Amino acid sequence: MKHLPSERHTLSIIVDNEAGVLARIVGLFSARGYNIESLTVADVSADHDVSRITVVTSGPPPVIDQIMAQLERLVPVHRVIDLTEHGPHVEREMALVKVAGSGDKRVEALRLADIFRARPVDTSTTSFVFEVSGSTEKVNQFIALMREVGLVEVARTGVVAIARGPEAV
Amino acid sequence: MGTEKTGAEITIEALTDLGVEVIFGYPGGAVLPIYDELFKQNRIRHILVRHEQAAVHAAEGYARASGKVGVVLVTSGPGATNAVTGITDALMDSIPLVVLTGQVPTHLIGTDAFQECDTVGITRHCSKHNYLVKETAKLGPVLHEAFHIARSGRPGPVVIDIPKDVQIMKARYDKPGTITHKTYKPQVKGDLASIEAAVEMLAAAERPILYTGGGIINSGPVASQLLRELAKACGAPVTSTLMGLGCFSAEHPQFLGMLGMHGSYEANMAMNRCDLMVCLGARFDDRVTGRLDAFSPESRKIHVDIDRSSFNKTVRVDLAIQGDVGSVMEDMLKVWRSRGHRPADQSAWWEQIAGWRSRNSFGFEQKGEALLPQKAIQRLYEMTKAKKPIITTEVGQHQMWAAQHFGFHEPNKWLTSGGLGTMGYGLPAAIGAQLAFPSALVIDIAGEASIQMNIQELGTAVQYRLPVKIFIINNEYMGMVRQWQELNHGSRYSESYSDSLPDFVKLAEAYGWKGIVIDSPDNLDDGIAAMLDHSGPVLVDCRVSKLANCFPMIPSGAAHTDMILSAADEVGPADDDAKALV
Repeated sequence: MKHLPSERHTLSIIVDNEAGVLARIVGLFSARGYNIESLTVADVSADHDVSRITVVTSGPPPVIDQIMAQLERLVPVHRVIDLTEHGPHVEREMALVKVAGSGDKRVEALRLADIFRARPVDTSTTSFVFEVSGSTEKVNQFIALMREVGLVEVARTGVVAIARGPEAV
Repeated sequence: MGTEKTGAEITIEALTDLGVEVIFGYPGGAVLPIYDELFKQNRIRHILVRHEQAAVHAAEGYARASGKVGVVLVTSGPGATNAVTGITDALMDSIPLVVLTGQVPTHLIGTDAFQECDTVGITRHCSKHNYLVKETAKLGPVLHEAFHIARSGRPGPVVIDIPKDVQIMKARYDKPGTITHKTYKPQVKGDLASIEAAVEMLAAAERPILYTGGGIINSGPVASQLLRELAKACGAPVTSTLMGLGCFSAEHPQFLGMLGMHGSYEANMAMNRCDLMVCLGARFDDRVTGRLDAFSPESRKIHVDIDRSSFNKTVRVDLAIQGDVGSVMEDMLKVWRSRGHRPADQSAWWEQIAGWRSRNSFGFEQKGEALLPQKAIQRLYEMTKAKKPIITTEVGQHQMWAAQHFGFHEPNKWLTSGGLGTMGYGLPAAIGAQLAFPSALVIDIAGEASIQMNIQELGTAVQYRLPVKIFIINNEYMGMVRQWQELNHGSRYSESYSDSLPDFVKLAEAYGWKGIVIDSPDNLDDGIAAMLDHSGPVLVDCRVSKLANCFPMIPSGAAHTDMILSAADEVGPADDDAKALV
């Protein structure tokens, strides 16, 4: 069943915010040979008891199902939601993109940033740091363009995602 | 209740509240406060093993034989790392354990202190769950929660790492009521609509088979009884995995024997040709399925398991029912009876099975004077079955021969390392089982190589006056390794000869055991009788034919239908894909 075509899935994993829980999740992926394309984690409850981990993974549907089942087996996991399967949802990531240069390239970088609604959050006479957010493709595309106008380095958050509509998943 | 107690006192009190009677362990610096508390009381019995790995296997044997949680107490660092093999073994075979490990004091964690290791990090992937307890106040609740997790759902080992300062500091301890966990809630009852669908499929099947496994043993003795009722109601043949042996009587006419790599021809052929497979508490292990794309191609498959991750892991099933296998079988029987079902006509199916059975795949031929290992185990079975023995094994050919030639009739009588395949399991497991049932006949069927992996436990048996028997099938080879080298590596027996063996009788005597040699078919029965006559522990060195192979066998990467029945069968050289498999 591992020969089926691979699909990209975004999972939300709601866990107890306790020591070692991230190691359990990440370790499960590496121990069983599952992919992690990106991973984000932060506590999301008022009392800091619960964290939400967003994992973008890929694999054939039976493997995705197996990933869900293995995650649900971990004791500190409250629930796992496959947002890709669940339906309409919003996925965003943010990147900080450092660009250095002068003259035309510097002007072009600023112009492109404007088109992508990327904000300069730091500047010197020879550089910018842009904050850009959006879908993974948009961030990828922005970074690709910046390579042509003096890209120095990139830091990106990985995907966070949430289902559309009024209900919690 | 209101007064504060030390962590060590809380540990012992909580274990007492949890009904623990026996702990297997080995002391060391980081657990001395708990050992001090053990010394002051007499409700919990501590069994001092000779190596921490053996403490865990002994606890496994105790748990598997009694259905209770096995408890282990070891120190930090090497104490914990030595326990890892046993913990992994318990995870693979779903054995409920609670393993307490000492840890360096909290302020030294992370400083590479003496006998420090990252126990929770190391055991994260080989335990069902683990804890590092950093505050004494949490010790009591964690202990109670750990037992709940170890024994409920799919059972498994839970590790609790307790820093030494946490054992010394004081806190309140109150015995908790019923444990409810906010996230861990195993599903026991199966979905009724699915169970009804399963019953309809079973009633309509012409070639059904019940494929049973260790989940039925874990569910408790009632589940084995329910399986017998279900088999009677539906008339289907029953096969069992290595871990499930005993959940159905070996002598029942509906029993086809063990299935899988060294299972019976009839069990494997029936799995291949059935039109409905009902998997009850088994997990489609690679030792059972053989080549996946040829596994039971014509059947619809129902899978009952308490662990959702077992569904569709390697084999796609048509109907998955999550729940305790005993509870699901009980509901299946209720539905079957309330609907007045009778089994469909299975006469053609049973005729086919009779044909496969007539191949007598577990048969062996006595040639010349040599004592055959199969014969030795067969006689051991015949001469002990009236005593309803508990059998443990090590890992290798002797284990498979025991599974083939020793008949099991009740659950909890067969203790073997199935998933991890741990040599050195049998002797400590026998010690654990003997402690659970002091007057039972407990025999470790061993190999001469495996037994040396935990041979030091001969001392433990003597110390606690445990009349364990060890029956070594001695062929002077790591026989299963040699068999694979013969089949896949041109008979180049690389490092598989058991050279420089000890004189097992003298070794036994040095530890205070009785030692017996059996070296020909003529003294086989006398040797077994002498073993049974002796009230203390006995080690039997049963010297068998050196080059016997374990058949039948599905070669790695082959389908059920490609079984080798005997050495006379033509076997071509394995291709590289097959050689890559274990």
